Amino acid sequence: MTAPAKALAEKLPESRGGINWFKYASPQTFYPLAGKLIPLFGWPALALALVGLYLSFFVAPTDATQGESYRIIFIHVPAAWMSMIIYLAMAFWCAVGLIFNTRLSFMMSQALAPTGAMWTFIALWTGALWGKPTWGAWWVWDARLTSELILLFLYLGYMALVAAIDDPRRADRAGAVVALVGAINVPIIYFSVKWWNTLHQGASVSVTSAPKMASIMLAGMLVMALAAWAYSVAVVLVRVRALMLERERNTDWVAQLVESSR
Amino acid sequence: MKPRHKRMLLIGGGVAALALSATLVLSAFQKNMVFFFSPSQVVSKEAPQNRTFRIGGLVEAGSVKREADGLTTRFVVTDTANRIPVTYKGALPDLFKEGKGVVSQGKLGADGVFVASEVLAKHDENYMPPEAAHALEQAQKAQKTVVQK
Repeated sequence: MTAPAKALAEKLPESRGGINWFKYASPQTFYPLAGKLIPLFGWPALALALVGLYLSFFVAPTDATQGESYRIIFIHVPAAWMSMIIYLAMAFWCAVGLIFNTRLSFMMSQALAPTGAMWTFIALWTGALWGKPTWGAWWVWDARLTSELILLFLYLGYMALVAAIDDPRRADRAGAVVALVGAINVPIIYFSVKWWNTLHQGASVSVTSAPKMASIMLAGMLVMALAAWAYSVAVVLVRVRALMLERERNTDWVAQLVESSR
Repeated sequence: MKPRHKRMLLIGGGVAALALSATLVLSAFQKNMVFFFSPSQVVSKEAPQNRTFRIGGLVEAGSVKREADGLTTRFVVTDTANRIPVTYKGALPDLFKEGKGVVSQGKLGADGVFVASEVLAKHDENYMPPEAAHALEQAQKAQKTVVQK
């Protein structure tokens, strides 16, 4: 554990009893934990995706109005959910990093960004493929579509900015500001279909009302969403491990790790 | 106050200020954020005059008529309170149907007829298999006959 993290952990009353959360705030202790967690998320991701795809394409019935093209929701909706959730997670880690000065938080945020950008791209792309047969247009500039496109640019901007600054500490801070400012966009995306007239339909699934879709369709979509969650966690852990090794390459623990793996 | 409490307040305050300004900006642009205007807004002259805009609503049941040239379609967009006749020349999307949502872009003529240059079908948030849709239709019909009696 690094000296500031240790000092912090000793000062906090919560850390005396129960789980010491700050123990895993240092790359040295988190690295092996992340390694153990990867298969615990990776294999379920594969299993859930197989079950989800089977439900989506072989079990779920065709839609009354859209026919077969509605099946895009099994990928589109989980991708869109993940694009928003990952951005919030990224902003959360950036805030934690700025407040507690923990290096690992920024690494988490940087590990999340490419996966979030990928989901955003998938959501936009599958949406366009669905929009053409359903609406009659690949793209329209309504509030939902435009704000989701802005989300993609925020991810790309964050990654570009972090990559452009050579000093990692400064890169972390500059990126964190972008991530935090951009977080305002997430509620705008989510509520856009409520606040304004949009071509994009309202939410079929929400916390406040019963789902507006047949239960077998909903089941397929939720299983796919769980698969997307598990996949994202596994991939982000793989990436954060690589980042830890890269950025801590001059420390003793990485040297020991390399030594022991020889 | 410890430095990390200060930073926490600073970030919390910053995000809150940002959220507030975003809310103000968005509410100021409220009118420009709408993707389409409803027939009622068009009737009350809230929609832009002499300029292209989009009109959205339901295609009134029984209003779709095809002209002899096979390309021009006439239909009525309604929000159940007001109705605007629309004429459109071109291919319609597959989901364009009477009683379903539609968004079309064009200009309002002096005669009150909306000349559309683009027609998009608006899908609703309901997903169901054809059997369920059929059952729902039957149930609605049954309810209507009960009301009429």
